[in-house]
Amino acid sequence: MTALGALFYLLSAVLLIAAGLAATRRNPVHAVCCAVVAFIATAGVFVVLGAPLPGVLEVVVYAGAIMVLFLFIIMLLGLPVGVGAVPAARLVVPGVIAAATLVALFALIGVDPVGRGLLPAAMASPAAVGTVLFGTYWLAVEAVSIILFAALAAVLLLGRAERDAGQQGGSAA
Amino acid sequence: MNVPLSHVLAVASLLFAIGALCAVSRRSILMILVGVEFMLTAAGIAFVGASLAWGNLDGQAAVLIVMGLAAAEAGLGLALLVHGRRSGGTASIDDYNRLTGE
Repeated sequence: MTALGALFYLLSAVLLIAAGLAATRRNPVHAVCCAVVAFIATAGVFVVLGAPLPGVLEVVVYAGAIMVLFLFIIMLLGLPVGVGAVPAARLVVPGVIAAATLVALFALIGVDPVGRGLLPAAMASPAAVGTVLFGTYWLAVEAVSIILFAALAAVLLLGRAERDAGQQGGSAA
Repeated sequence: MNVPLSHVLAVASLLFAIGALCAVSRRSILMILVGVEFMLTAAGIAFVGASLAWGNLDGQAAVLIVMGLAAAEAGLGLALLVHGRRSGGTASIDDYNRLTGE
């Protein structure tokens, strides 16, 4: 096994263990911190698979921005804090369905002859990825920018509506 | 690099199952959003693995697009959570039934 292959399996183990811990912790701060570890391991997996630009953006966007936003929201709202893991009884029915789905997925992956060949060791340059992104997929990039703008407007509206209602109530009183 | 594509896809499907389990079994809106993020990340790992196996960069471009969509989704979901919590609700999904505008 080459060093890159060993690194892939190590990072995958860290990723899956951290994701499993994040999915079952009842304390939201612990869960989000485990999710940060999982996303950083995902960035490592991306780099090992020859995608440094998505790897760096995974750290910046997911672990650095989205998860910090989750932590801010937890601190802002004072969510109820539980201790330990989620009760196992609640996981039984979804767990059985997820296990059945996994068996079906593994069967599909197993019969695919393309999946047996070893992957080459390649590294895509960020410039090439950017050329493909803004060349072939410029319309999708523009659509994502419009969606981000719409989300920004919706977040501003949702964040402001309650304050306006409070001011109106205050002036009426 | 001694890793077959099937192992990459196996890791991606395991992560997707963990994310779906988190999204289905948790009651807190925050943890449902974390589960959805895991599912999107699993799709990203499958995209990157396939991009390496077939030797073109379309999969990596798709990952970047999915990342932008996930950022918009997380921001909007958390804003809904803050709004519901401020107007007297809880963070539990069972209490989120007032989007009908009554």
